[in-house]
Amino acid sequence: MTYKKRLDGRDWEETRPIEAKAGNIPNADGSAFFRIGKTTAYAAVYGPRDLFPRFLKNPKKGLLRCFYNMMPFSGMGDRVRPGASRRSKEISMVMQKSLEPIVDLSEWPNAVVDVFVELTETDAGSRCAAICAAAIALADAGITMKDMVSAVAIGKVDDKLVVDLDYQEEAYEDGPVADIPVAMLHNTQEISLLQMDGEMTREELIKALELAKKITAQIYEVQKKALKDRFAQGTEKPKVSGISKGDDKNG
Amino acid sequence: MDKEIKAHVQQLLKQDKRLDGRKLDQYREPVKVEYGIAKTAEGSAKVQIGETVVTAGIKLSIEKPYPDTPDQGGIMVNVELLPLSNPKFETGPPSINAIELSRVIDRGIREAKAIDIKNLCIEKGEKAWTVSIDICPINAAGNLFDAAGLAALAALKDAKFPKYENDEIDYKTRTTKKLALSQEPLPVTIIKIGDKFLVDPTLQEEKAIDARLTVATTPDGTVSALQKGGDEPLTIAEVDEMVKIALEKGKFLREKL
Amino acid sequence: MSKLLIKEKEIVVPGEALAEGMDYLPGTGTYRLNDKIIAKRLGLVNISGRAIKLVPLSGRYLPKFGDKIIAKVTDITMNGWIVNINTAYSAFISMRDATSSFIKKGDDLTKYFDIGDYLRAKVVNVTSQRLVDLTMKEPGLNKLRGGRIIKINPQKVPRIIGKEGSMVSLIKKKTNCNIVVGQNGLVWISSENFDNELIAEKAVRKIEQEAHLGGLTDVIEKFLDKLMGGKK
Repeated sequence: MTYKKRLDGRDWEETRPIEAKAGNIPNADGSAFFRIGKTTAYAAVYGPRDLFPRFLKNPKKGLLRCFYNMMPFSGMGDRVRPGASRRSKEISMVMQKSLEPIVDLSEWPNAVVDVFVELTETDAGSRCAAICAAAIALADAGITMKDMVSAVAIGKVDDKLVVDLDYQEEAYEDGPVADIPVAMLHNTQEISLLQMDGEMTREELIKALELAKKITAQIYEVQKKALKDRFAQGTEKPKVSGISKGDDKNG
Repeated sequence: MDKEIKAHVQQLLKQDKRLDGRKLDQYREPVKVEYGIAKTAEGSAKVQIGETVVTAGIKLSIEKPYPDTPDQGGIMVNVELLPLSNPKFETGPPSINAIELSRVIDRGIREAKAIDIKNLCIEKGEKAWTVSIDICPINAAGNLFDAAGLAALAALKDAKFPKYENDEIDYKTRTTKKLALSQEPLPVTIIKIGDKFLVDPTLQEEKAIDARLTVATTPDGTVSALQKGGDEPLTIAEVDEMVKIALEKGKFLREKL
Repeated sequence: MSKLLIKEKEIVVPGEALAEGMDYLPGTGTYRLNDKIIAKRLGLVNISGRAIKLVPLSGRYLPKFGDKIIAKVTDITMNGWIVNINTAYSAFISMRDATSSFIKKGDDLTKYFDIGDYLRAKVVNVTSQRLVDLTMKEPGLNKLRGGRIIKINPQKVPRIIGKEGSMVSLIKKKTNCNIVVGQNGLVWISSENFDNELIAEKAVRKIEQEAHLGGLTDVIEKFLDKLMGGKK
């Protein structure tokens, strides 16, 4: 098999450099910044707040709404036309589904918590970055959450299992490529996002998910640090954190 | 709706004071410009004025020129008032505020001939570069006009052409060729409350506006776009004074680039 | 063997394990998962005996009976005022709860409170569906005139007020300002002297940001002395 070394020189199980911050959008009730390689997500949480249209109101608990959006200049190549696309609507939905198992809005009947994620630049892995940013922002907003969610893409390039594919790896042409974005709950290691592009055997899939367990645990530590740093120094600016041993100059 | 805030702002202004203690002609701190924040854009920048944070990105594409201007490229300016950036902003089609912002920034750049659109032509009547300037606030906390204008100019200054060969753009390979700017227009917005003029309003001050004038100027002192807002009219003498402030503050903002 | 995994006053995040074993009890903001106690919100750890609870660091105001809050009039109905109380729900002040003077039926209610007015009111009823009723028929509950309203993190209100009102009294004394702190995170500050008003706001902001750190009273006292230095 021909894929012997990753295109950007990373180890098979190494993510791109990660940077996370909490509380970076003062207008929002909770906010976050999450960057993995050249994929950068900003998340803002507004609410719990009054919900319109009224027919969406649930008298038993508050509603969680997610909006994923790419800024017009955030895609390599053509400009991304503003407004919701089929792709962004689907990602918004799976994002919401990935966060719903942890978010507890039973104290907030009839209300809504809106999560907006904007990507300033993307180089694959944007839905995972969006989920990571959203989870930090929700925690920062003081929302009751029984757990954290962390997400990463595990994939297969040729015959190798790899972590956090970037765009050039997704576009590898000398062998088969599969890409599985996974979101996991920290404590129970349950899966709340699972999608796949490409082909894999059942055995490979389970191996990939086992690997996701290990990597999401690392990402959880970055999310945790971002939140702790926000408050640890009082007025001081949140600090940058990273888990990768790779060089940070792209970060 | 906000008569209490308005009354308080007005009362303070009588003593030349502002809610946050600034002088009338003083911008919030910091005023900061960061370049190259989006590797996917041909040029990009993030601007911070106080708590207001705005990003801008340039995309370059090749289009067929309009039949009436076969030797010219195109410029497009678009402001997205992202619901991420302010609790009052909503999803959906652009609001009138977003449209106004886009058009004012567009006029400032277009009318100053900042970008030589004839230079963008590749093949007369067939191919020319189009420059798309997209402006997206991250935290909209007052004075979006100036922040958006500064971000747009910074992103333009950061822009480099992608490789273009055999009729195809290779976006992954950026050349060293910069997008040539013949002028550097910047908008400055002056707010009139009572009989006072002030710059860089906060969200609260924006609620108390009587009149507003956005003035785009170039370093040589040319005015390249105007937009009056607010419900109260302005006298010629007031406009003169406001343009004077805009020229002065334009200089201040330009130093941050 | 039971084991604490965190320290008193540590900042913890949702999903973080706080203790192992069955000897500790999950308090507010935590829950038990198998043999562990897990945080279910961002908060500051408070251990008292065997119970572990979390003091929230952020989050919206949740209206509760007896809270004194600051409300903003947003609408007027046939028999009262609808007010924004800085949370997901609006609240209602009925004509008979608004003032001790008699309001005639069909009277122009804007004579009493107009849209945009800020009111100091008390929560007297919260239903399961979060319909909130307020009253103003108590001493000290009235319309707030002049001054500035600032919005702070509602979870920091107890620190702004301080023990038996000590913190807010300190700011009032040092700056000569009138200050009203609403449980819902709105603070009204007013003074004849605008510079002092700004200093009071800065002090409130400082407490908001450093509320979870120790020695706050001393820090604020020094801060105020420095800013007020020379002035009376």
